[in-house]
Amino acid sequence: MTEKPHPATILSAPLPRRRVLQGLGAAALVGGIGMPAIVKAQADTITFGHLTPLTGFLGPLGAYGQMGVQLAVEEINGAGGVNGRKINLIMEDSVNPATASSKAERYIERDKAAVIIGEISSASCLAISQVAARNKIVFVNTGGNSDALRGKDCNRYMFHVEGANTQYVKAVGAAMLRDGLIKGKKLFFLTADYAFGHDLSRVAKLYIAANGGEVIADELVPTDASDFSAYMLKIRQMKPDVVISNLAGNQITNFIKQYAEFGLPFPFGGFGFDTAVAWGAGKGNFGGVWPCIWHHDVDTASSKAFVAAFVKKFGKPPENQAWGDYVATKTVARAMNETKSTDSAQIIGFFEKEPKLDILKGREGYYRAWDHQLIQEMYTITAKPVAQVKDQWDLMVLGKAVPGPNDALDVIAPTPAENACSFPV
Amino acid sequence: MPLELVFLIEQLLNGLLVGVAYLLIALGLSLIFSLGGIVNLAHGGFYAIGAYIAVEVGNRFGFPAAFVAAPLSVALIGVVIERVLFARFYRADPILSLLLTFGLAMVIEQALRMAFGATPIPFAIPQFLRGQVFIGDFIYSRYRLAILLVAMAAVLGLWLLLQRTAFGRVVRAGVQNPDMVGALGISLRPYLTAVAAIGIGLAGLAGVMLAPISGVHPAMGAEILTAAFVVVVIGGLGSFWGVVAAGLLVGVVRGLTVYFLPPAAEASMYMLMLLVLLVRPRGLFGERILRFE
Repeated sequence: MTEKPHPATILSAPLPRRRVLQGLGAAALVGGIGMPAIVKAQADTITFGHLTPLTGFLGPLGAYGQMGVQLAVEEINGAGGVNGRKINLIMEDSVNPATASSKAERYIERDKAAVIIGEISSASCLAISQVAARNKIVFVNTGGNSDALRGKDCNRYMFHVEGANTQYVKAVGAAMLRDGLIKGKKLFFLTADYAFGHDLSRVAKLYIAANGGEVIADELVPTDASDFSAYMLKIRQMKPDVVISNLAGNQITNFIKQYAEFGLPFPFGGFGFDTAVAWGAGKGNFGGVWPCIWHHDVDTASSKAFVAAFVKKFGKPPENQAWGDYVATKTVARAMNETKSTDSAQIIGFFEKEPKLDILKGREGYYRAWDHQLIQEMYTITAKPVAQVKDQWDLMVLGKAVPGPNDALDVIAPTPAENACSFPV
Repeated sequence: MPLELVFLIEQLLNGLLVGVAYLLIALGLSLIFSLGGIVNLAHGGFYAIGAYIAVEVGNRFGFPAAFVAAPLSVALIGVVIERVLFARFYRADPILSLLLTFGLAMVIEQALRMAFGATPIPFAIPQFLRGQVFIGDFIYSRYRLAILLVAMAAVLGLWLLLQRTAFGRVVRAGVQNPDMVGALGISLRPYLTAVAAIGIGLAGLAGVMLAPISGVHPAMGAEILTAAFVVVVIGGLGSFWGVVAAGLLVGVVRGLTVYFLPPAAEASMYMLMLLVLLVRPRGLFGERILRFE
């Protein structure tokens, strides 16, 4: 039996309302298509999506990341763009892993980004890389250090300009070994309590155990901790031979300042480092020995040109995070130009042939095919004597490049045995 | 004395020093809330402004000038903010003032970021306060002892102001029963402004005092604000000594947690707050304030 619905039910039925909404949506769509300027702009440009933390304890570094990518895009567009098309750069604050993930999704879905570049937090890197892999879009990590990103969590769509924790540890480790700070010594660790810190501490302990040192304490420090006095007292109590910072972002500033405040006599240094946060410690406070991926004193022609262009645009020298996002953008643009394509498979294929890339260092680098890590020189950094300091950015003395000129570049990188990576199919 | 005990006591005393720093922020927060009913989420922002003013003034005219200039100018900013913004929300739904100060906090942080950059700015301990003081087995940073003195003076001064002056009597009456104060022919308006100036000025004072030991960066306010709120909640609203006790307690508990269970250091104060709220929802020495019941 069929019943005719009462007219009133039809009036209040949900269907017409949905139709109205659909109609509105269609109208909006037509309206969008009806604006040829926008469509034209989209067809003529290639969108690069940039994500990095601008707030929180990594915010200071993210600001430099944005400057680096802006300068790179400006230079590329100035030189004619990529395959004759200009780059349309979009940048946002990645905030935290959950937000980073949804923003990456939006870049790909809404903005049709051809590539995603950036990030500093290892935890957010993982989140973005999962979105990138699912959508088959290349993501170049410019600041996440954790080895796990290159090993356990690696995937074919993620490349790493930032050094792996192992590269940092082995670079500064060689200097520490030379200075007698590891063999037979007791080391006290302060470790940032999140993905990056945990990973760095794990890698560092392996290195120290392999070289005859002993880690007597490993204190996990919350990322938003700004007071280190309780840790300073604990260090004083335990009387280690060496104090090691596995800290990140603003933590490093506070650690260096308060270490100087308490005047502890033990030599110190770190396995992770960013120049900007050390600048924040100021002269007279900065000390110790640290690893560094790049520094504005690196003496090569391309590096000097980058520093000069950066100072001209932003009025201050670039920090290593600016280098990372600049180099990442330049290498991606080169891959697109050489393959005459913005297709992810083409870009990956290009990099996996391991072409030599200018990365503003003495020796050229390359993305290693099996884990997509940029294989490159690293440096060490020590404090400049206060009397020689010229300005607020001139606190550091840059050591020799590691590995030395006669060693293969990948001797400091994680080996397949240390950090196996098999790309998910 | 056995060495273990020495270190334990050392952590205890250090915890008190840390707590004193929280105090400067928490007292102002509590004061502004008690009288005006405004939960000032922008309080951390004023602390950050204090630190930046300290850097700018300190680098040109030395630390003593910064020490005077930072709290005063931040208090002045506080007066303007109170007159222009807070004043419109005293009688409004608390959710509105919450949104207002939340937005203000973000505006301040972003303004600092745009004006000074996101990177931490160096600011050192003044030469005459550098170094350590050794008392027996104990080590103290000379600068932190200076913070202790300044904070103690501020707490004492504030207490005297509230307890021993005509001004303080009106403020305390206003906290308990603003309508009655009005009925007696006393307008609370100037008192509300003065209290905001004092509370926000104290945040500026904390800014100049902490700038040399912690990084001066735009998000520094957000970092310390949560701790300050926890202190206010534990201490109990409207209770002067409750907030003082809670500040010290939080510092000590945090110090001891670093000593025994470092990964829980930051969580310890929240655990403490949870415990206090379960046992005494009004806070340790919280008074019964009729209009908030």
